[in-house]
Amino acid sequence: MTVEDLKELAEQEQERQRQFTHRIFYCSAAGCASCGSSGVRNALLKALKEKGIEKEVSAVGTGCMGLCGEGPLVRIAPDGTMYQHVDEAVAQKIVDRHILNGEKVSENLVDTSSPFFSSQFKIVLENCGSIDSENINEYIAAEGYASLAKVVTEMAPGEVIDEIRKSGLRGRGGAGYPTGLKWGIVRKAASEQKYVVCNADEGDPGAFMDRSVLEGDPHRVLEGMAIAGYSVGANQGYIYVRAEYPLAIERLRLAIKHAEKQGLLGNRIFESGFNFRIDLRIGAGAFVCGEETALIRSIEGKRGRPRPRPPYPAERGLWGSPTLINNVETFANIAPIIRRGSAWFAGIGTPKSAGTKVFALAGKIRNTGLIEVPMGIPLRRIIFDIGGGTPEGTEFKAAQTGGPSGGCIPTEHLDLPVDYESLTTVGSFMGSGGLIVMDSTSKMVEVAKYFMDFCVDESCGKCIPCRVGTVQLYNLLDKISRGEGTVDDLALLQELGTMVKETSLCGLGQGAPNPIFSTLRFFRQEYESLLRPVEGFVASPNAQKTTTNA
Amino acid sequence: MPPIPQQQAHPSGDNRFKLLDRTITKHQSRGDALIEVLHAAQGIFGYLENDLLLYVAHALKLPLSRVYGVATFYHFFALKPKGKHTFVLCMGTACYVKGATGIQQAVEHHCHIKFGETTPDDQVSLVSARCVGSCGLAPVAVVDNNVAAKLTPESAVARIEEWQKTKEEVPA
Repeated sequence: MTVEDLKELAEQEQERQRQFTHRIFYCSAAGCASCGSSGVRNALLKALKEKGIEKEVSAVGTGCMGLCGEGPLVRIAPDGTMYQHVDEAVAQKIVDRHILNGEKVSENLVDTSSPFFSSQFKIVLENCGSIDSENINEYIAAEGYASLAKVVTEMAPGEVIDEIRKSGLRGRGGAGYPTGLKWGIVRKAASEQKYVVCNADEGDPGAFMDRSVLEGDPHRVLEGMAIAGYSVGANQGYIYVRAEYPLAIERLRLAIKHAEKQGLLGNRIFESGFNFRIDLRIGAGAFVCGEETALIRSIEGKRGRPRPRPPYPAERGLWGSPTLINNVETFANIAPIIRRGSAWFAGIGTPKSAGTKVFALAGKIRNTGLIEVPMGIPLRRIIFDIGGGTPEGTEFKAAQTGGPSGGCIPTEHLDLPVDYESLTTVGSFMGSGGLIVMDSTSKMVEVAKYFMDFCVDESCGKCIPCRVGTVQLYNLLDKISRGEGTVDDLALLQELGTMVKETSLCGLGQGAPNPIFSTLRFFRQEYESLLRPVEGFVASPNAQKTTTNA
Repeated sequence: MPPIPQQQAHPSGDNRFKLLDRTITKHQSRGDALIEVLHAAQGIFGYLENDLLLYVAHALKLPLSRVYGVATFYHFFALKPKGKHTFVLCMGTACYVKGATGIQQAVEHHCHIKFGETTPDDQVSLVSARCVGSCGLAPVAVVDNNVAAKLTPESAVARIEEWQKTKEEVPA
């Protein structure tokens, strides 16, 4: 394929899409699929056929449309009307009333002018919900693979890395390492063989951003990886994806096959000397494999146990070769940056955290689902404007970010801007983007215990602070939650937590005590109210009421 | 024990080994494809029994300790057979916050077994998952590979009762 071929293909596809008077998009991502979107698809196709308009109106299965809690969702182009809770009967109504008579089905209408939609800014998710993820032509028609063409035919590898560096993009896996810098290190590493790895082992409970991108727009990730491969000098890429995401795996397999068939992956891409292959590696349910050195071991077919760094994978990674590891969302940002320029990207978000972040909103919140917002937006706007606040009759208590290594953010810090630095000041961290809202029914000691139980289970057992420390922390929490703890146990919890944090080998152990620290910091009275009264102990003032009751 | 030559059929005459051989050949019997091969083996046989692990170790020329080590390290691999039906309850944060613990207790009480176990009649396996990624629909369970959304303790138990009913209707 040449650049001209790509342009022609894009035009052909755009022309094909223009032939339709309406296009009905139904969400076929895992969320909506589990509440019956395949039935909606059949009903739509049947209704279109019955009316004899299947040539003028197309029904297209897409990736996630965002409002997962109200699925199955359907969107109509060109007018952009969106429907929720669509079942087979509603699908029939949509065809009868909306398509044929231009009259909206008011019962199932979604208010697309609400802040849930208007406050979002989409880069990573720009195609999610508006293209058929199983059709490579639709991605090409949406300017897909144009960035790869530009990079391979017009830019030197160093220029690409400069562009990424100038954009200010930082790793979206949580730690926020500058992407351009990482690429530069891998490029400089002297080696015949280099690898590009996409970390799609999205293990944080409550996070489904990467899955949605892989299901809704898999080619975007492949394109980002190919650009990375060209820039750092790698000819082989791996996507390490969790076995728990069968649909994402299926779509990725299909996407790789289609891209290879079109010559967008494989040998001599765009008739240049650049070769790049991508293979899938399926995880097997170990949370620790999200840690990069453990992930590398797992790709090599070994037990996923981390090793000390340095050397970093950028110097010595997969099979000892320099390896670039980035998260799904990071790769998904690459093509738009090349297409629209680094200055455009750097202008979004805050000076230190450029661009957008995808969050998965879940828990006690009205609008659960997938959102993308510019960096620096206050947490309050995400939860109350976009998320619609907590359901009626319940009161917001805390927002949990960063998964089992993150923390709980209470009401008084809700005006905090969401960026890498601000979240760490309150003892949480960005993490991969799971945002779980808790209301007054959530007991914070139980929450801390829940996360510690997770870490006990997922600790790989290599280093002692994590293997033994997490168990001891769990036992302490358990003791306190049963009302048998004393004030000494609280002190011990703090001390042991600090030890585990400072001495563990990898991020799992280092982050494991964070939920304890943050709940102790903001909800100490909940711990104190559970303590067994000891002579001479004076609770902190705001805990007094609860202690006397207990 | 004599090594099993790869080209020959498995002495048991079980044709499923041929299917597995296909995956092994696809990966050129490379040791680093161990996880892929175990995935395939579990897909074909349902679970990884000792004999199967031995077979994989020979085929990939790996020490059995390495194969066993990997098979036990990852949660996804089952070394014991599963029941006819599986009920995978998500225990992710979103599901937890929305009351998965209540469902867990109700289901355990109903089946008289704990999560991680299979009923004595091999009908139902209860499995807990860390997060199935359908947090928007919490609390969820994966019921025989279909995601069941917005469960309550009652609706979860009802699902399992359905299985038990169909078992009674079809005499073994």
